[in-house]
Amino acid sequence: MEPIQIILVIFVFFALSRAYLRYSEGKIKAAEFAFWIVIWVSAIAAALSPKIVGFFSNLIGIGRPADLIIYIAIILLFYLVFRSYVMIDEIDQKMTKIVRELAIGRQKKK
Amino acid sequence: MKIFIIIPAHNEEKSIGPVLDNLKKCGYNDIVVVNDFSKDNTEKIARQKGVVVLNHIINRGQGASLATGNEYALRNGADIIVHFDADGQMMVEDILAMIKPIIEKKADITLGSRFIGKKSNVPKFKMFTLMLGKIFLRTFYRVRLTDSQCGFRAMSKKAAETIEIKQDKMEHASEILVEIFKKRLKYKEIPVTIKYTEYSKEHTHHGRFHLWSGIKIAFKMMIKRLMQ
Repeated sequence: MEPIQIILVIFVFFALSRAYLRYSEGKIKAAEFAFWIVIWVSAIAAALSPKIVGFFSNLIGIGRPADLIIYIAIILLFYLVFRSYVMIDEIDQKMTKIVRELAIGRQKKK
Repeated sequence: MKIFIIIPAHNEEKSIGPVLDNLKKCGYNDIVVVNDFSKDNTEKIARQKGVVVLNHIINRGQGASLATGNEYALRNGADIIVHFDADGQMMVEDILAMIKPIIEKKADITLGSRFIGKKSNVPKFKMFTLMLGKIFLRTFYRVRLTDSQCGFRAMSKKAAETIEIKQDKMEHASEILVEIFKKRLKYKEIPVTIKYTEYSKEHTHHGRFHLWSGIKIAFKMMIKRLMQ
């Protein structure tokens, strides 16, 4: 077993424990917890036996299995950054609304 | 006819006094200064002049200030709303020409233009960025105007209710134009004179970084459109 595999497995167990904690606190639902289990268990599978990733990367025509993982990670990150951008924008607009109402409301009192 | 003059102000203590004096001298009584979290005496001076002052408790930008002014004016029975700058670049005398087409119901909104009729001493570099802005708006948004970034505008109650100013920062200038074309409002360009004084040139949003902020605005507008 390579050191990187051990690190990955430890990390995944850490992430799984987080998900379990949230689940036991009732912050996430059973379905959500199941989703994370599937994600992380497949991550363990991929870490312990790279052949699985190799199968998928060959299937879609990417030479090196590790590249597939990098591509997926970048796409995910792009998506998340974009979503944060939208969310910040929405919060910004709400904040302006509050500032506006405060400005108009205070004027009335005077 | 109730005519509201909306003046967004962010650290304008040097110029806002005379601007308010001029407006009052010309008989405009409903003047609203939207103080966008100024750190100087802008609020104090405006209050001394006896105009309505709306205070933003944090800085939200010029677009947000104008929207606040519009909202206040609409709630207080405005028939016509005029957007005017606090830095003394715009001529009070031009307001009459701006509101005339609206009173006569020939337009829902009028936009000041520096490039028809009257002469404004627009700095050369600024001319260049304005050109780029014009091309951008024309190709992507089908907005055809001689001057796309002039802050001088007057609108009827209907236009003010129709146009949504969602962009808090400087993008609102383009946003308003896009809204006019999208919502098919009747518009008219009016020649106005903009004085480029040393003071206004130094002032942040008219400064050297105009080209860069223009690029940022264009980029932001395109991203926003992608998200809708």
